[in-house]
Amino acid sequence: MTDVADTVEPAIDPALRAEALESLLLERGLVDTKTIEGFIHTYETAVGPMNGAKVVAKAWTDPEYRQRLLTDGTAAIAELGFKGPQGEHMVVVENTPSVHHVVVCTLCSCYPWPVLGLPPSWYKDPAYRARVVKEPRAVLAEWGTELGPDVDVQVHDSSSEVRYLVLPERPPGTEGMTEEELVGLVTRDTMVGVRKVQAP
Amino acid sequence: MERVHDMGGQDRFSGPLPPIDRDEPAFHEPWEGKAFALALLANRVAGANLHAFRHAIERVPEPDYLSGYYERWLASAEILLLDSGIVAPGAVEARARKLRGEDVEEPGAPEPHKPEMPSGGPGNLRQVDASPSFAVGDRVTTRTEIDTPTDHTRLPGYARGRTGTVTAVRPAMVWPDTASHFLGENPQHVYDVAFSSEELWGAGAEPATVTIDLYENYLEKTS
Repeated sequence: MTDVADTVEPAIDPALRAEALESLLLERGLVDTKTIEGFIHTYETAVGPMNGAKVVAKAWTDPEYRQRLLTDGTAAIAELGFKGPQGEHMVVVENTPSVHHVVVCTLCSCYPWPVLGLPPSWYKDPAYRARVVKEPRAVLAEWGTELGPDVDVQVHDSSSEVRYLVLPERPPGTEGMTEEELVGLVTRDTMVGVRKVQAP
Repeated sequence: MERVHDMGGQDRFSGPLPPIDRDEPAFHEPWEGKAFALALLANRVAGANLHAFRHAIERVPEPDYLSGYYERWLASAEILLLDSGIVAPGAVEARARKLRGEDVEEPGAPEPHKPEMPSGGPGNLRQVDASPSFAVGDRVTTRTEIDTPTDHTRLPGYARGRTGTVTAVRPAMVWPDTASHFLGENPQHVYDVAFSSEELWGAGAEPATVTIDLYENYLEKTS
């Protein structure tokens, strides 16, 4: 195997390093610019937390869909057209007043790409990865989410190819809102379970 | 050995959490998008797989691992390309220096030697003939030393030698421990196992349940 000590040169910043690697692969026809730009464009525009927000809003407004989602997350999410890498087997866990789920990947940063896109900085942060399996209530409180002592806290460490989506609680005061309006309330932190959805 | 990537419960990372920016973009700078795309493509070009990619990230030296997510993705891409003889040692540095105007000699392209491992299909879900060894409700204990020839595993350090309860049987999946080293897919059943926080962290732990999806080879029936 390659001696990794020789592979990282701190004098070269990552932007230049990426450009150099791209240049080496392009000139040999091993990659092409169109594919590279296609990947970037897809994850900047088409695959992100707005997808998960649609899943959640539909589950809040369509009880049969909610049931399908909790029974077979992969299939129910695919009904809305969301599938692909890092979403091979989706499990949806529902937050209620008595149970609170929160998701992490302590070993890397596994994340359900088809519904949430690429992971945000805080999810990849060593402090989150180290702490949430040991002191989830303290972590949530630090981000402004206080859970009562009777709440059953469930932490999911994404160690296999199962990916989790949290179905957050629909906030009170949103009864008159349409599915489309509800989509706008659902943020990625609530679908990982570190915060609750706020009414507007 | 405690390694940097196996972060669960590591006290040295127990500092304050970063703020949450709800509108955080996928990429903060253009190079991050490029690193992301190149890493996915490098994995393909090198004949590697998801598990080899994760293992390569784990081989990134600690200071570089901690320097940032796409920094380590980029380093992992280079490692896989070096391993498979697609890119010569020193080639990326030489090209980078050339791009910034230095007069450097670049190494030639080496002879590729891509890994070969039979694949049971796309993705990581597989059908296996054997029945699951454990059922929902079974008490299981994780191994302390994994019977594996490799140093890549998806059994977190904090969950070794711990007893929990099977709460779900997941689809069978490719076993990362061997697939990461191109030693075969060895697909096997995966179980969602719930551990109490006291079992993991001792008496006085914050009350919670931690559930971890664990491959069958990591588990033994609790006697």
